[in-house]
Amino acid sequence: MSLTFATEERGGTIVVHLSGRIDRDATTAFEEVAASTSAATDIELVFDDVDYINSTGIAIIVGLLARARSRRASVHATGLTAHYVHIFEITRLSDFIEIVQPADA
Amino acid sequence: MTRTVESREDGKVVTDPPVVLTRTPGVATEPAPRRGARRRAAKEARAARKAARRAELNPTDSRATTIEVRIDPGDPLLTFLQDAPGPLEIKTLPPTSPAVARLREQGAQVVVPLITSGELVGVLALGPRLSERTYTRNDRRLLDSLTRYAAPALRLGQVMRQQENEVRDRERIEQELHVAQLVQQQFLPAELPELGGWHVAAFYRPARTVGGDFYDVIQLADGRVMVVTGDVTDKGIPAALVMASTTALLRSAAEVTSSPSEVLRRVNELLIPQIPMNMFVTCQVLVIELDTGRTLFANAGHNLPYISRAGQVVQLAARGMPLGLMPGSRYDDVETVIEPDDIVLLYSDGITEQHDRAGEMFGFGRTGEVVAGARSGDELVDRAIESLSAFSVGVEQEDDITLVTLHRGRSSGYHDTVSFAVPSIAGGERDVMDRVAAIVEGALPARRLEDLKTAVSETAMNAIEHGNRGDQNLDVEVVVRRTAESITVDVADFGRGRRSEADIPDIDLKLAGLQAPRGWGLFLVRELTDRVEEITDGDRHIVRLVMHTTEHEGNES
Repeated sequence: MSLTFATEERGGTIVVHLSGRIDRDATTAFEEVAASTSAATDIELVFDDVDYINSTGIAIIVGLLARARSRRASVHATGLTAHYVHIFEITRLSDFIEIVQPADA
Repeated sequence: MTRTVESREDGKVVTDPPVVLTRTPGVATEPAPRRGARRRAAKEARAARKAARRAELNPTDSRATTIEVRIDPGDPLLTFLQDAPGPLEIKTLPPTSPAVARLREQGAQVVVPLITSGELVGVLALGPRLSERTYTRNDRRLLDSLTRYAAPALRLGQVMRQQENEVRDRERIEQELHVAQLVQQQFLPAELPELGGWHVAAFYRPARTVGGDFYDVIQLADGRVMVVTGDVTDKGIPAALVMASTTALLRSAAEVTSSPSEVLRRVNELLIPQIPMNMFVTCQVLVIELDTGRTLFANAGHNLPYISRAGQVVQLAARGMPLGLMPGSRYDDVETVIEPDDIVLLYSDGITEQHDRAGEMFGFGRTGEVVAGARSGDELVDRAIESLSAFSVGVEQEDDITLVTLHRGRSSGYHDTVSFAVPSIAGGERDVMDRVAAIVEGALPARRLEDLKTAVSETAMNAIEHGNRGDQNLDVEVVVRRTAESITVDVADFGRGRRSEADIPDIDLKLAGLQAPRGWGLFLVRELTDRVEEITDGDRHIVRLVMHTTEHEGNES
C-alpha cells in the first residue's frame, strides 16, 4: 500500500500518522507532509501502520528532517518496529529524531 | 665511530675563520659640521667598513681553502682531544695520528676540540690567518670561548640530524612493510569459497606487520577441495617471503596432482634449493570430497588437526618432515571421513605456544577444550581467540596465529536450493523480498530475517533499476540456498555491476546539504548482512548475500 497520512495537533505538536510503505512512491505524500508541518516547531511521526521503509524512504525522511531542522523544529518518531529502530540507529537518524517507545520493544 | 670535522653549515671548515679572527679596521675620524650630517656621515662610514669587511671575509677569496678530514674511530687524535684544554698548535698533536698528518697536509695550524657534556662532538681546524700573522693569545682565548658555545649547538644539530634520519628511515621501513603486507595479502584467500554443505571460517593474525603463517582453499578440477595450512619458521619479512614462495608452489602442485602426499613431496623438492639455511616450513594438506566427507590428509611436521565429533575431540594423525629440510622426504596419505556435524580445526603453533604472564603455554589441552565446546566453525574461531586473549592478557603475541575451521553441515551440497526470476518492474523488489522470506522461514531469528529482507529488497531494487535498467524483458534471477550454517541469496542481473555509491552516507553532510539525501542502499546491505560478494558470470552480474544461521559475535542484531 502506498503511503497515506493524516495530521492532528496535540498540545502544540503536529502529529503525523503515516500508513503504508515509505519508498519511492511516498515522495509526493511526504511533500504534502512537509507542507502540512511547515509552520510546526514540534513534529511527531507515527509509524504504527508503516510496514516497509527502504533506502529511498530513508532519504525522504532525511529530506523532511532537513527542512524541519532549518527552521529549528524538533522531530520525534513513535511506533517504529525494532528492525526500523535498528536502521534509524545505523543510519544515525536516531541522533536527530527522538525515538519514542518502539512498537515491539 | 666515525667523526667528521664539522662547521656550522656544510660540514667543512674554512681555513681562515670568520669574524672572530679578523681585526676590525680603525674608526673613521673625519669631522662633520652639523649633528644630522654627522649622523649620516657616521652611518655611511659604518656601511663602508662593513662592505670592506665582507670583501675581506668573502669565502670566495682566492687565498681561502677548505680543510676536510675524516677522522677514523680508532685514531689516537680522538683520545688526545677528549682531554685537551683548548686550542692546540698542530705540532703538539700526536705525530702517529693519520688524521694529524692529513690536517698538516691541508695546512691546518690550530685545532680546537669541540666538547660538550664531556663528549667530543667535533673538531675546528684552522689554517694560517689571511693576514699572515700568527694566532695571538687573545685569538686563542676567543676561540676557546667560541667553542664553548659552538660545541653544544653543534651537538644539538647532530642530534636533530640523527633524529631526522631516524624518522626518515622509520617512514621508509613502514612504507616498505605496508607494501609487503599488501603483497602478502594477495597470497591469502580474499574470500573463503562457499562449499556446498560445508562452512569454512578462518582467522589470521601475524605477530608483526607480515607473517609466515598461511592457509589456502583450492577448488580442484575433480570437484574436490584442497585445504592447506602452514607455518614458516621465523617471523616478519624473511618468513613472509618464504610463505609467498611456498603458497605459490602449493597452488602449482595442486594443478598437477590431487594427492596430498605428492603435493608435499613436490613442494619440498622445489623449496629446498631456494629456502634460506635454518628456515623450514611446516604444512598440512587435506583433500576433501564434499558430498561424502572422504578426506585424504598428509602432514609435513605441522600441528595435528582437531575434530569436534559428537561431543568428543579427536585428532587426525600423520607424520612427515617439514618442507625445505631434507631432499627426498616422503609423505603418507591418511584417509578419514569427516562426518556430518564434524568441525575440523587447523591451527598454527601461534596459539598452542603462546605464553601467559607466568610463562605457561596455552598448550594443546586448552586448545582441545575450546574445540570440545564448539557448535560451529565461526563459534570455534571466536572462542579460541577469546580464550587465548584472556589467557595471555598483558603479554605480547609471540607468533603468527592462524585458525581454519571446516564444518560439515547435516546435508552436503545445496540440496535446499530454490531459484526464481522476476521481471524488471519497479517495485518488484518487494516481491523478491517476500519470496526469499518465505523460502528461509525458520532458518533465522526474526530480527535477522528482517535484516535479510531489507538487504534483499535493496539488492533487488538495484538489479531492477540499475543492472537491468528497468527493461521488463530482462529478468532478475534469484537463487536461495540454505545450509546448516548459512543462508545465501544470489541476485543476478544483466548489468555491469552495482553502481557504487560514491560517498559513504553521512547524515551530518546530508542534513547540511553537502551530500544528496539518497545513497543509503549499499550501506544498508553491507550493514545488515554478514557478507556481500560480487561475482561476474558471463553476461550476468551477481550479488551474493550471506547470513550465518548460527548466532555468534558480530551477527546478533
